Amino acid sequence: MPQHEKPTTVKGNDGSDVDNEEGSAAENEENVKGTDKVGKRATPRTRRGHARGRTRHGDEEDEDDEDGTRRTGYRRHRNRRGRGRAAGNEGSDSDVDPAKARKNQANQKSKDDDEEEEDEKGGKSGKGKGEKKQDKKPDKKGKKEKANKKKKDKKKSGSGSDSDSEEEMITEEELAKLKEEVEEKKKLIATLRNKPWKMKKKLSVLKEAQLFVEKFEGALGKGKGKKFYAYKVMMTKKWMKFQRDFENFKTACIPWEMKIKEIESHFGSSVASYFIFLRWMYGINMILFGLTFGLVMVPEALMGKPYGSLPRKTVPRAEEATAMNFATLWDFSGFAQYSVLFYGYYNNQRTIGWLKFRMPLSYFLVGVGTIGYSFIIVIRTMARNANEEGGGDDTSFNFSWKMFTSWDYLIGNPETADNKFASITTSFKEAIVEEQESRKEENIHLTRFLRVLANFLALCTLAGSGYLIFFVVRRSQKFALEGLENYGWWERNEVNMVMSLLGMFCPTLFDVISSLENYHPRIALRWQLGRIFALFLGNLYTFIIALMDEINLKLEEEKIVKYNMTIWEASLYNGTIPENSTAPPIQVDPADVPRGPCWETMVGQEFVRLTVSDTMTTYITILIGDFLRAVFVRFFNYCWCWDLEYGFPSYSEFDISGNVLGLIFNQGMIWMGSFYAPCLPAINVFRLHTSMYLQCWAVMCCNVPQERVFKASRSNNFYMAMLLFILFLSTLPAVYTIVSIPPSFDCGPFSGKTRMFEVISETLEHDFPSWFGKVFGYASNPGLILPFILLMVLSIYYLNATSKSYKEANLELKKKLQTSRRK
Amino acid sequence: MGNKQTIFTQAQLDAYQDCTFFTRKEILRLFDRYRDLAPQLVPLDYTGKPAVTLPYELIGSMPELKDNPFRQRIAEVFSENGDGNMTLDDFLDMFSVLSEMAPRDLKAYYAFKIYDFNNDDYICKSDLEKTVNKLTRNELTAEEVNLVCDKVIYEADVDNDGKLSLEDFQHMIIRAPDFLSPCRSSPFSDTVSSRGAHLQDWANRSSKKCGAFLMCFLNL
Repeated sequence: MPQHEKPTTVKGNDGSDVDNEEGSAAENEENVKGTDKVGKRATPRTRRGHARGRTRHGDEEDEDDEDGTRRTGYRRHRNRRGRGRAAGNEGSDSDVDPAKARKNQANQKSKDDDEEEEDEKGGKSGKGKGEKKQDKKPDKKGKKEKANKKKKDKKKSGSGSDSDSEEEMITEEELAKLKEEVEEKKKLIATLRNKPWKMKKKLSVLKEAQLFVEKFEGALGKGKGKKFYAYKVMMTKKWMKFQRDFENFKTACIPWEMKIKEIESHFGSSVASYFIFLRWMYGINMILFGLTFGLVMVPEALMGKPYGSLPRKTVPRAEEATAMNFATLWDFSGFAQYSVLFYGYYNNQRTIGWLKFRMPLSYFLVGVGTIGYSFIIVIRTMARNANEEGGGDDTSFNFSWKMFTSWDYLIGNPETADNKFASITTSFKEAIVEEQESRKEENIHLTRFLRVLANFLALCTLAGSGYLIFFVVRRSQKFALEGLENYGWWERNEVNMVMSLLGMFCPTLFDVISSLENYHPRIALRWQLGRIFALFLGNLYTFIIALMDEINLKLEEEKIVKYNMTIWEASLYNGTIPENSTAPPIQVDPADVPRGPCWETMVGQEFVRLTVSDTMTTYITILIGDFLRAVFVRFFNYCWCWDLEYGFPSYSEFDISGNVLGLIFNQGMIWMGSFYAPCLPAINVFRLHTSMYLQCWAVMCCNVPQERVFKASRSNNFYMAMLLFILFLSTLPAVYTIVSIPPSFDCGPFSGKTRMFEVISETLEHDFPSWFGKVFGYASNPGLILPFILLMVLSIYYLNATSKSYKEANLELKKKLQTSRRK
Repeated sequence: MGNKQTIFTQAQLDAYQDCTFFTRKEILRLFDRYRDLAPQLVPLDYTGKPAVTLPYELIGSMPELKDNPFRQRIAEVFSENGDGNMTLDDFLDMFSVLSEMAPRDLKAYYAFKIYDFNNDDYICKSDLEKTVNKLTRNELTAEEVNLVCDKVIYEADVDNDGKLSLEDFQHMIIRAPDFLSPCRSSPFSDTVSSRGAHLQDWANRSSKKCGAFLMCFLNL
């Protein structure tokens, strides 16, 4: 079959053409030998000629027959080419082939690593590559065949000018392959850092991959999309560079990273986890602060009516004398009370300033938005943590984990290391004992009894502290009724002081109680956290209930004041203009106007005071309990009868649970109070900022590493869950007051309305087209909302059920795996 | 930082950034740390790729590694020829793997190598015994050690050949709840700046338990 020789040669030429295309790219780099150049120059003409010839040939020949020969031609050519490659590999250092071989190596990942390393050691890389080459070859052939089949299909559909398009196809296919290879190289560059290779190897691989990419990226753009492709490549390069710079910038921007690392290296990861949590809280509070500051406080200060223009914006006459005293300001009354810091200062004007800023609406939305944002961010973080934790819940690898993961690689302090050694030893011993005595458990009754007793004692403490607070709040109400002026400092600050003292001493009490129980430290920490949580919660809620009582009192008072106001106004009018009631009101100095009690500001003040006193107590505790104690122990140790450092007072340990809970409850107060005191997030940001520095200093300066060092990675979501719980609990009272208590009649952005949320319907009425209001009215119809809630409940149920079934399936698989390997 | 640094060329820095998990600044800081170990040995110009190797004694005295029971193994695993002496490349490699950005798989691979004391690509019982003894400073009796090792092999050995292969090890370690943190190391903690380390040594000498106290007191 002499005719059939022709296509074969065509194919051969085609193949060389492709090779030359690679070469042409190399030529750009001026790396190519002269012979290649000659070949290249020669090819285009020949190619064209062959193509023409083939066109003719394709017109004449039977298609199937031609295809068959072509395939064999392919193979033959492929073999030749492959052999040539291998030879080139062994012989000279052509630029292309080692890179390709590298790529092949990269494809066979870690499984081949050992082999490769051996290769490197032996320096016989040529042999290894050759082997891989052969592995690769059939694969390539397979690809070709597939491509051919595709071509066959195509040919069947369209005949006449098919050979021309076929030629196009081949280059395109090669191009696509090249493109693929380039992409793969790029991927390799991106994931190079994840390869367990030595740096030298990584560097050389990187260099070759980069060279390869650079070389062929230009060649890829042959034909139509050349410019676009080049542009794309350039942009991706720029983008990568920008990303890298941005990444560098971002890591430089994480605040306190060095401080936390320093602490981490001294005290292990558990103490550092507290500081990371603190930093996270700081970030959230910054955003809350930005919201309230930017959308509520600043607009009111800039565009609202100035101080002294309205009764609600003026210090009343009776207080004027003391309004600027420090004691008054420290108490957040006087001038501080009548400023943008508190709810009462804001006017109920619908729009303010030339921007027509909707102040009341903004106030309401920011109040709701802070809570909504906090919910979303806490839940999102929890979900991410849960994802990262993965399925670490089974205990089938108890000993292995103890052996391989118990060392905290962050420890860089000999003392901590000592403690860690000790704790690992005890944990091993405990595990051994558990393993040996899992059947006996002779002391079970005693432990049970002790645990019940401990819980009983803890409950007693909780109840006692609750009652104490209730009692104190009641007493303070009595004092307030009789007038605070008759009483001293203690009576005035009794509530705050008692709460702070309880928060200080009860945790230590719980600590003593928990030593009865004899739990593992991690479980003990949980119990401790739970108890302190209950304590704080009880305190907070007693406080809130007392506040509610006070709000009710104020509401009664307000009624009386309202009644008196009408009388006062009437008397005012009676005195001057008796008949014309529509005339503009008489000018009275705003300081002289009688006013209602404004319970919202009162609530805000209470929360601000509580926050400030809480902060003070924390700082003083740190200074006295940690710093002075450390100084005393350190310097009196020289002249004391026993060893102070190892003996009784010793240095204090960093109390993680107490600090975390303090932080969480502080945040709860912020969430609760920020609606009535927009300044609260600002105060909290300040507090967190200072406490970051103070606590960092204190922990490095006066604390010693814990004796029971344990890692805190699992408790993270535990903290988060508590935070979520507190968030929920603190939104309850806030939402309750917003929804069901009428706002004061003469202060705050919602005065004059029967409920605060009416601001929404008001906006809908005035600022939106009427159809929107209608739609909203329909949408808020209970007939629509109830089915919607039902749907949500059902979907939650469904998702819960599916996740449960997945979990079960997982467990089943795990069991199967275990049984199968025990056989 | 600016463009003042002349230790590496830009290309070198870029290559290091591609090969490790560090940013440019961190690489320079690590170089400083490396150089601080032996200022007289390490040149300030790395553009010519000088062949400098620091002995294990110096590497092992770094505060990050000093208290680590596996420091010798770590140095050996990451060093080029397994003797614990490290070039700058090895050094960067080590901290890249130990940094918190490194993925679990990579850490697991190197952790396996670290625990494989006799380099036979399996963690066998003698390796386990060594590990336990290092972790507990020989506080456990021989029987206890034996029991623990048996338990570990019973738990983690999937293919029942009496020793742990890399697959066994990965299977077990990837599920560990604490694994993300254990291999994290903090190369940039300040204890590590020469001043901090010096003070720490001094504090250690003066009194054992007040080390942390003194150190920060002076750092103020």
